[in-house]
Amino acid sequence: MRDVYVVGIGQTEAGEHWDRSLRDLGVDAMLAALQDAGVERADALYVGNMLAGELAAQAHLGTLLADWSGLGNIEAARVEAADASGAAALRMGYLAVASGALDLVLVCGVEKMTDADEESADQAWSYGMDGEYEASQGLSVPAVAGLLMRRYMHEFGVQREAFAPFAVNAHCNGVNNPCAMFRRPISVDAYIGSGMIADPVGMFDVAPLCDGAAAVLLCPGDRADELAAKPVHVRASAVATDRLALHSRADPLSLRAAYMSSQMAYAQAGVGPADIGLFELHDSFSVMAALSLEACGFAQPGHGTDLALDGEIGLRGRIPISTMGGLKARGHPIGATGIYQIVELVKQLRGEAGANQVECSLGMAQSLGGSGATAITHILEA
Amino acid sequence: MKPARDVGIVGYGAYVPRYRLPATEVSRVWTGGYGGVPVQEKSVPGLDEDTVTMSIEAARNALARGGIAADRLGAVWVGSESHPYAVKPTSTIVAEALGATPEVSAADWEFACKAGTEALQAAIAYVGSGMVDYALAVGMDTAQGRPGDALEYTTAAGGAAYIVGSADQSVARLEASYSFVTDTPDFFRRAHQHYPEHGGRFTGEPAYFKHTVSAVQALLDELGYGPKDFAAAVFHQPNTKFPQRVAKMLGFSEDQIRTGLLSPHVGNTYAGSSLLGLTAVLDEARPGDRVLLASFGSGAGSDAFSFVVTDLIAERQGLAPSTQSYVARRKPIDYALYARYRKKLIMH
Repeated sequence: MRDVYVVGIGQTEAGEHWDRSLRDLGVDAMLAALQDAGVERADALYVGNMLAGELAAQAHLGTLLADWSGLGNIEAARVEAADASGAAALRMGYLAVASGALDLVLVCGVEKMTDADEESADQAWSYGMDGEYEASQGLSVPAVAGLLMRRYMHEFGVQREAFAPFAVNAHCNGVNNPCAMFRRPISVDAYIGSGMIADPVGMFDVAPLCDGAAAVLLCPGDRADELAAKPVHVRASAVATDRLALHSRADPLSLRAAYMSSQMAYAQAGVGPADIGLFELHDSFSVMAALSLEACGFAQPGHGTDLALDGEIGLRGRIPISTMGGLKARGHPIGATGIYQIVELVKQLRGEAGANQVECSLGMAQSLGGSGATAITHILEA
Repeated sequence: MKPARDVGIVGYGAYVPRYRLPATEVSRVWTGGYGGVPVQEKSVPGLDEDTVTMSIEAARNALARGGIAADRLGAVWVGSESHPYAVKPTSTIVAEALGATPEVSAADWEFACKAGTEALQAAIAYVGSGMVDYALAVGMDTAQGRPGDALEYTTAAGGAAYIVGSADQSVARLEASYSFVTDTPDFFRRAHQHYPEHGGRFTGEPAYFKHTVSAVQALLDELGYGPKDFAAAVFHQPNTKFPQRVAKMLGFSEDQIRTGLLSPHVGNTYAGSSLLGLTAVLDEARPGDRVLLASFGSGAGSDAFSFVVTDLIAERQGLAPSTQSYVARRKPIDYALYARYRKKLIMH
């Protein structure tokens, strides 16, 4: 397998784009990534998106975006893995280049949630669960997070307030990210006083669904220096899945897919958690952030919240997370999120993160589908 | 925009029905008491009230303050999104009840919540052109909220009537007005539908805020004024937060909007909303006060007006019931009575 590098990145602001459509957003991110690499063509396009069919009556996104961005008759397809769709598209792009089949591969994650009303959008989001046994029984995505957070608090004797640092940290970092949806800090008091969505999941425990697109251009090692001043090496790419329904899992508080995926990624890269300088984890909910840290070996079970309370997740901490706002403050344009994580990680590794710069040369990004049934982990190196 | 001859508000009158549904009642039924509420309570019309009956009372208040006979009215124009008929004007019934027929122009206006201010723009032009001496513009609604929808907390009933006449007879003369309109479908109802549909958060930034800010900014630029030149400002008030936020965005203070902000206590009276806020301001205004009025109608658009209160205001304010007396005249009801009064109970 060949080495794969990220040589171009592009992203739109994440937020409510009343004036721009799904294809507008996708094309903007794709052209920005191509321009960043100084090229006008790619050999293939993989598009990560979860809900264009449900919310915009638009399937066939790979071909649509290749067409709409003027890329000609290239290979194209849409990839879907619920909330991990963007990362899944990256995985396909990575395999295409690593295998030697294709050279320049563009990967774009795009989602337009505001084409639908809030109720329809929330219902469609629940299609990432088990439809027959979870969604049809009345569970919503926040409700599942509520079950997990309640169980976590019960088993580990943790209070709600212990989750506050995840939201506070994310918002603090969002302030300095011009592409973040929320750019104002929040206080612990605001977290504690916030209204409930699915008790104990409160308003500041859940990432906002929104619109956005992000794209990266991949190439093989022998073209990396030609296309980028600071090419970023994909040291590892690994996917694992778990039982889809929460009630099928051996231990709901153990994200087995995240554990297996990160273990495979560490093995591929020949590193361990101690070598990871920053972690763009999947903070769709504050409890998922805690569980992700535990599954990936940064904290013992039940102690992910301690890591947060001790300040270790901040930019100067032991394992910075959500360094550009994370899903919580940058936003969660579902199918695009996995690529936003990579774009932000690449900016960090290139030294282009501005006020949020973390000094490191090895970083990890992980995207989770549904309640953790799919986990896609990438380790990148400067 | 200014008409050829100077015009102003010669008479004004409010109407709000007496029944009130506390927002806590709506959440008791629909959310088990969970969650915040956008207003404290909303007004509910009684079984024998509709846009026609309410417009008549508000117009009589305006005639009383204007001190003119109804047959002097050259136009009777009612703006509403709850005209009792799709075809057959509210305005002719009101005109006849007031005694303004037959030598009068009459027609119904529709532009969601700014139907009344559209009628006001036209009344300004009708009088300002010299075609008539007095024109009556009314914004009035008995809004219907879909049970269980977020808007059910605020869909209310009420509004106000304005008689436009020559500036030298007015309690508030018009300096200028402006209209800003685009095709933005944030909220709509087909003729055969009972309840409207709305676009959720789409009704905010791209609709209410964009149009209100654009209209007001253009008016201020045209007149060369800033927020501090105004004693009071009245905005369309679909809830409590939107008018507070748009005031802040434009640079108006909480003090400036306080007197004209009635939605916390009466809800959203739709086409009556900003016009009712203006009657509350006029009830307490003093000569020389400059007042901004900015409506918003879904679909979408905003009408902005700048008025300056005249010396005649003091002798006219007390000639009809004040807006606050209508607000204070309240009889709380529960959700069951509300469902009956609003004819939501289907008799099989």
